[in-house]
Amino acid sequence: MSIHRKRSVPVRKAPLAVISLFLLMAMAGIAVNEPGRVMEQAWQVCLNCIGIG
Amino acid sequence: MEALRKWVQAIALLLTNGSWAFPFTRTIYQGPLKVVCSPGLNCYSCPAATTACPLGALQQMLAGVRMALDSGQYFFGLYVLGTLGVVGGFLGRMVCGWLCPFGLFQELLHKIPSPKLPVPRGLRFVKFGIFAVMVVVMPLTLVNEMGIGSPWFCKLLCPAGTLEAGLPMLFLQPSLRSAIGPLFYTKLSLLLIFVLWSVLASRPFCRTACPLGAFYALFSHVRLIKLRLNEARCTKCKACHQVCPMGVHFNETPDDTECISCLACSRVCPTQAIHLEVGGLSLGVVPEQHPIANQK
Repeated sequence: MSIHRKRSVPVRKAPLAVISLFLLMAMAGIAVNEPGRVMEQAWQVCLNCIGIG
Repeated sequence: MEALRKWVQAIALLLTNGSWAFPFTRTIYQGPLKVVCSPGLNCYSCPAATTACPLGALQQMLAGVRMALDSGQYFFGLYVLGTLGVVGGFLGRMVCGWLCPFGLFQELLHKIPSPKLPVPRGLRFVKFGIFAVMVVVMPLTLVNEMGIGSPWFCKLLCPAGTLEAGLPMLFLQPSLRSAIGPLFYTKLSLLLIFVLWSVLASRPFCRTACPLGAFYALFSHVRLIKLRLNEARCTKCKACHQVCPMGVHFNETPDDTECISCLACSRVCPTQAIHLEVGGLSLGVVPEQHPIANQK
């Protein structure tokens, strides 16, 4: 008869804390409509940004 | 696993550059997906780009902080920084090895037969300076009379922008050719230097100059998915040193900021001492000790 020993697995919590923090940050940005500004910029060819002009 | 990584790289490349109407429209994609920041370095002025470049977006937000505040808008780049942080918290520099189109470009260049050279280890710190100075400080502080800054990393250095946006736009819109100046030729020279260097050395831009890699490197100790060394099984044979495309000595520094989790070390490890883990849970069950390691 085999003996089953329960092994505890150390789950790292630091990554979850970091992800939550940055998720809150992203949500704060969304709350003030930053994605709209990002999209506005990404819709234009910024020639200056790519070294032309 | 290497085949899987290649597939993931190819799919990421196609997803972030999936707009193929540009030969007809002769301009860039302007759809709603541009609100999404791509995890890897991918210029949003690339005619095929479907997503926004996180570095370009961050610099633009920081460059426009003063003007935004003057107009009552509280734009500090939190959306972009938060998105990058979430990706970094999950994957860290695994993005470089699995999702970044410019990383894939360098990998392919390195397959060209030639003498292969190492990248001096000290150069790894340059990219942190580039992130701090060109991505954060310069866009915030060097502003024109209207209080607007510039995306200095894109403007002065980014070889991905020259490759993916500068050259294709000149081809698609010949009228732009008259606007080429010394800045473009400087950037073109930088691109050529990194192309040649990539043939001779493995991923030189990722290792020395990529500010996105520098940002993700900050998560090397706390990322959810990472490679883990089972020290009980390691025989210190240094097989992992020989194959790492980033010059990491994995058995000595398992949390190295340069590790892109490409699994090259895991494949060659004779005692299977290296494996992926997610939040502390190992993927792939291996006994704690290996017979060879026990004989030490």
